[in-house]
Amino acid sequence: MFASIFVPNFSVAAVLRAEPELLDRALGIFEGKPPLEKIVAVNEGAKRMGIEIAMTKAQAELCSEVVLRARSPRQESTAHAALLDCAQSFSPWVEDAAGDTAILDLAGMESLFGAPREMAEAISNRAADLGLETNVAVASNPDAAMLAARGFSDVTIIPSGKETEQLGSLPIAVLFAKGHEEEKDEAQKRTGEILATFERWGVRDFHALAALPPVALSERLGQEGLRLQRLARGAASRTLVPREEPPIFEETIEVEFPIVLLEPLAFLLNRLLDLICARLTTRAFYTQELRLTLDLESFSLSNRQSEIGCRPNQFQRTLRLPLPMLDPKLFLELLQLDLNAHPPGAPIKKIHLIAEPARPRSAQGGLFLPPSPEPEKLELTLARIAGLVGESHVGSMELLDTHRTDGFRMRRFIPNAARLSQKQQHSDAEENECAVAALRIFRPALRAKVTLENGGPAYVACTKKKEVHGAVVWKAGPWRSSGDWWEREAWSRDEWDIALQNKTDVALYRLVHDLLSGGWFIEGTYD
Amino acid sequence: MSTAVISTSAAQGRFFIFDDESDAGSHAFHDPEPASSYIRRPQSAIENQQSKILSTVTPASRLSVRPAPEMVSSGIAAIDTLTGGLPRGCLSEIFGPASSGGMTLLLAALAAATRRGEFCAIVDAGDALDPQSVVAAGVNLHQLLWVRCGGHSPQKNKITDHEIIKSESFLAEHNLEQLLRAADLLLESKGFGLIALDLCDLPPQTARRIPLATWFRFRRAVEHTPTVLLAIERQAIAGSCSSLRIKLGGNREKEQLANCETKPTHARLLTGLEISAEVVRSRMERKPVRTAEITFTSKTAWAG
Repeated sequence: MFASIFVPNFSVAAVLRAEPELLDRALGIFEGKPPLEKIVAVNEGAKRMGIEIAMTKAQAELCSEVVLRARSPRQESTAHAALLDCAQSFSPWVEDAAGDTAILDLAGMESLFGAPREMAEAISNRAADLGLETNVAVASNPDAAMLAARGFSDVTIIPSGKETEQLGSLPIAVLFAKGHEEEKDEAQKRTGEILATFERWGVRDFHALAALPPVALSERLGQEGLRLQRLARGAASRTLVPREEPPIFEETIEVEFPIVLLEPLAFLLNRLLDLICARLTTRAFYTQELRLTLDLESFSLSNRQSEIGCRPNQFQRTLRLPLPMLDPKLFLELLQLDLNAHPPGAPIKKIHLIAEPARPRSAQGGLFLPPSPEPEKLELTLARIAGLVGESHVGSMELLDTHRTDGFRMRRFIPNAARLSQKQQHSDAEENECAVAALRIFRPALRAKVTLENGGPAYVACTKKKEVHGAVVWKAGPWRSSGDWWEREAWSRDEWDIALQNKTDVALYRLVHDLLSGGWFIEGTYD
Repeated sequence: MSTAVISTSAAQGRFFIFDDESDAGSHAFHDPEPASSYIRRPQSAIENQQSKILSTVTPASRLSVRPAPEMVSSGIAAIDTLTGGLPRGCLSEIFGPASSGGMTLLLAALAAATRRGEFCAIVDAGDALDPQSVVAAGVNLHQLLWVRCGGHSPQKNKITDHEIIKSESFLAEHNLEQLLRAADLLLESKGFGLIALDLCDLPPQTARRIPLATWFRFRRAVEHTPTVLLAIERQAIAGSCSSLRIKLGGNREKEQLANCETKPTHARLLTGLEISAEVVRSRMERKPVRTAEITFTSKTAWAG
């Protein structure tokens, strides 16, 4: 058993999917180079107002209530991808029959989705969730299902053996509908000839064509005539050609007027994210990377290009997540925070969003595991804190292989259970050891005036921190160290551990004599 | 008299005690009368009834036995002996002057928490954490989130360099604001075993400006969660919001230090800090806190 999903008036449907607020408006789609743009598709509302295909854009514009949109190949390709996603959420065997048509093999799916009618209705509902109004037909062969979907609206079920009877009422033109694809001139000519022939014979529907004697038809129209008759009888038999391309989850919106503020941009991003997440859900995918590309009206600063290879009038941001996630609200907040920190800097003409699919994470919490932050919540918290203190000031630390002070770098904080368990085993032995005296660092180090006595510090005064001031009552050192002498940023220093007598108490500090600059610095306090 | 502890409301979050043998108490919870009889009753009678019920309610603060929070190890055996550890779902304050051992205690608590497999966060007002000390203390770096206040945030860029240099108190306030907002976000996100707020590098006058309402909010946010909220400061500032307050001090007299070693300076070694800890407030105990003090020694990483 096969099902076919067909999107009527595909160009209009693709625009309505991206801009659902136009659903109740009269809509015309134009194509061509200015000033020769012509209307290529209209919806019912526009038809009622007298807008017809092949009108010029200037003629259509005379009707002020009609909304005109340029045909967008990218929007159509995303609508097509959504259609295939819908089909593949029901069956792994899906044929990409045309831009507006997908055929899927339903063999063995009854146990999962129920009777054919229930399946067809479920397919129709899922397509509606993805923003597409579709016709769905179920038949015993792929071509019969496809013709029924193109000829009948809503849901059609053709029982096995009743194909000729059910398809009989369809007009003959349905046989020649090539979906959304453009036909070559030669093929168009041949189609026109056959249609004219059928018209002369008085063959106007499938029933009439099916009733013609095959031999006589073959004599007059050749093998093509027989093929068309088999199709009209619903008796054509062929194997499905499954689609094997990897899925691409991308969505695009082109705006009529450039967007300047981030608030309306967030509104459009929300719509794109909803569409992408709905598509990911149908394929049981999560995402770990979102790539946002904004086409800008003008571009002044070349250093705004955050990614190598992007075009000069494009602004790209990539949102990398530590774990696969699927939450449009979370993604929207993360993108908003990112755009707040890195604004595009010019009005936006077009928004393009790509999600890299990833397998959902399969971690199971345990009753006796210690609490850990929820990944989605934590990601949002980290993004908010990064907006507050700066991206380089939040994360976990990683020590570098150097003896230089502050030899560390910040990296992303990713709670990782596997790493955790490893470390836990390792650190169990350390539990009962004595507390380790810690150093509290001054960043940057405090410049100090030091009075020397017998080569060692005797009195320290620091202007920036008043409490670091007094006589040295105890000292140990110097401990000499140096490094990176082969680099431009070489360092060489003497370290002293000193105890300073304050007004009330004695405090321990690390005093550093920079041998290259000759300066004295208080690097930190032992606390 | 049999007693039962009943949580009155999630919003209040306080515990009250009801006497089962009391007429009014049992009346309130095993209502024998239909609702319509209350409607017919005059207002004064209802008020009398209400006052009777309220008179039987004992606030949690007056209970002889109070629900004790779960205590976890602070990472230092002496502190655990003194306080029983650090309470979960409560705010604990550790304060003391410079070189009193605040950072040592903080890192020990972080190390103990990461050893338990918990995730920890430290909000560092002065960007003063030393990664070498963190590693030496045994903290698992993968489990520690470090928020360094005072970064080049967009808000800071709006201020000219001249103004920043001119006013150091402005910087301190800026850092404090970042600390409080980051702490709010972390407490809201939940799931951390320990959240530490390091306020030691803020000038005391700036730290004292934190409104009590903020501490109260922090306390409420952490209540009924398994998170230990730990604040280390130069002076105690959280008032009655902290459940445990430990005062630290260093045992280093000038004369002691001057005379302790007669070796030349290059032959001396700083081997550790002698730290004294005193519990000055504990809401875990029923009776007023008696002064309890303990002294312990921490070792430097190179002391062996």
